[in-house]
Amino acid sequence: MKIPTLSFSRLFGVMVKEFIQMKRDRMTFGMIVGIPVVQLIMFGFAINADPKNLPIAVVSADNSVYSRSFIRALENTKYFTVVSIADTETAANRMLEMGDVQFVLTIPVDFARKLVRGERPSLLIEADATDPSATGNAIAALQALPKLALARDLVGPLQPLAAAPDPFDLRVHRRYNPEGLSRYNIVPGLIGTILTMTMVMMTAFAITRERERGTMENLLATPVRPIEVMIGKIAPYIIVGYIQVSVILLAAKVLFAVPMVGSLVLLSSILLLFIAANLALGFTFSTIAKNQLQAMQMSFFFLLPSILLSGFMFPFRGMPEWAQMIGELLPVTHFLRVIRGILLKGNGLTEVWPHLWPIALFMLVVATIALMRYRETLD
Amino acid sequence: MPDQLVIDVAALNKSYGDKHVVRDFSLQVKRGEIFGFLGPNGSGKTTSIRLICGLLKADSGSGTVLGFDVIKESAAIKREVGYMTQRFSLWEDLTIRENLDFVARMYGMANRAKQVADALEKLGLSSRQNQLAGSLSGGWKQRLSLAACMLHKPMLLLLDEPTAGVDPKARRDFWDEIHRLAGAGVTILVTTHYMDEAERCTRLGYIAYGRLLATGSMQEVIDHQHLATWIVRGPDLPALADKLRALAGVSQVTAFGNTLHVTGPDAQQLTTSLRGLNLGERYHLEEATTALEDVFIHLMGQAEDNFQ
Repeated sequence: MKIPTLSFSRLFGVMVKEFIQMKRDRMTFGMIVGIPVVQLIMFGFAINADPKNLPIAVVSADNSVYSRSFIRALENTKYFTVVSIADTETAANRMLEMGDVQFVLTIPVDFARKLVRGERPSLLIEADATDPSATGNAIAALQALPKLALARDLVGPLQPLAAAPDPFDLRVHRRYNPEGLSRYNIVPGLIGTILTMTMVMMTAFAITRERERGTMENLLATPVRPIEVMIGKIAPYIIVGYIQVSVILLAAKVLFAVPMVGSLVLLSSILLLFIAANLALGFTFSTIAKNQLQAMQMSFFFLLPSILLSGFMFPFRGMPEWAQMIGELLPVTHFLRVIRGILLKGNGLTEVWPHLWPIALFMLVVATIALMRYRETLD
Repeated sequence: MPDQLVIDVAALNKSYGDKHVVRDFSLQVKRGEIFGFLGPNGSGKTTSIRLICGLLKADSGSGTVLGFDVIKESAAIKREVGYMTQRFSLWEDLTIRENLDFVARMYGMANRAKQVADALEKLGLSSRQNQLAGSLSGGWKQRLSLAACMLHKPMLLLLDEPTAGVDPKARRDFWDEIHRLAGAGVTILVTTHYMDEAERCTRLGYIAYGRLLATGSMQEVIDHQHLATWIVRGPDLPALADKLRALAGVSQVTAFGNTLHVTGPDAQQLTTSLRGLNLGERYHLEEATTALEDVFIHLMGQAEDNFQ
């Protein structure tokens, strides 16, 4: 019996054809080069699991050399940057709630007096612990402070205070997530990323499928109007999106015991905006992509930064400024702040408002492109 | 009004970039006619049909389709016209019934359920209505497509190569249906590459490189070209064919089975040339009537000379 042999010229022929086709499909070729570069940049430069310079607000009722030394020591850890000296605790709390600062330091009135007397006064640091990975290292860095912060001030007659036990007590309150459970942060965040993934992809496919299979021509030959097609194609996925959210929220409640402090009605109405923004993007992709594979590639390309640069997987404040700027453009970045704010912090409309208009703006721009492109494809 | 013009367009033009796909396209089709549209691939047949049915907007030109302005009232034309695309373009992942139901909704038809049921009945697919359209054979797909574009009872049907890839029996049934519809007053514009189908049209038009070159009944189209044809029988035809092509007055030599069809534009010259060859006893020469296909191939060759 003759053993079939491998023909290298045939094998080579198949390889040559494959390369030619790869070269013709610009989009795939772009992805082959683009995705590694983008990932490399994002993982190599943008992502930082150890965020430094976290914003802290200080409420100081004691303007002594000791409190100043403590603040200096705090900043010297590199984990904290004082961005604001608040007048009242209410104002500071508000900043924490809005997400403007990650920490609030409260120095009580008689801190200096009690310290000198050796009464071991307390300092309070409140942390926005919705994302434990963002605050974890900073909180750990606080441990050494009571011993070291005032070492240079406690000299002469105060020398004994520097010895054990610590001259003052540093209390840390992990707000919104006292146990520092990362699932409190991840599970609501998942809603944002899952919605981005499915909504963008599904709509991107919805139109390209019609074009790829040739059914678009039939659709266009009927009296149906472009706007009817667009809305008719998008609307079912809004329902799909709500079903997905319900499933995740239910699981979050039952399986993961994620707290739901804020208003679910508010969340649902904001969801509509977020879903619509993603659907509009998917529709835009579908007017650009020539086939479903291209639509898939475009969605994937959008998904990468949505997962990596949005604050979903890695702390937003740990990223360099340019990466934060890209992140700010993505609807999911803002949605994550909204949903974490509502579920964990109990934010109301006023607190989440600053994150709504960027999503709305994104949707407006993308939908305009979609409608313009869709008209073109008719002819 | 039997002589009413259903399609009456003049000087339609359509370009994509610097490609002039349809040039000065003018056409008049009367009610109840079956107008056959012929021409080589890429000659602008599909684009012309899309211009007529309102799927594309002409760059210039004017006219009416079913009394509506072909440029301004494309929405109204779409409502009244049935268009069957070249490729099967119904939804393969919907059932037969769901497809018809969807189309009925798109046309906003009243009494939808009954209309769809009637169409299924007429199509003979009532028992298979829940089968996916994608699982149908080519012939059935084509019948379903026809039923779908007839659902809203259009008075004008535009069929773009409806029988490509369909077996002869299904083709014949299809054409019987076309004639029945024409008898009922429906006007039909159909493109085809098959000569037997062209012969079944009441009137023909030949398009090449975006221009409509000839129109008329089959006999008119044939006569208009003034072609003469001889049939040659005998041995070793391929070698003879080359010899014949070199003769003065011969424009085309085509093999049909064991014969050669020799066609030329001047009967006198062709006869002289063939006689002068002195083929001898082994070959039999016979004058024949020119067939439609000879005319088309002649037209194609001419068009290339003129436009390329």
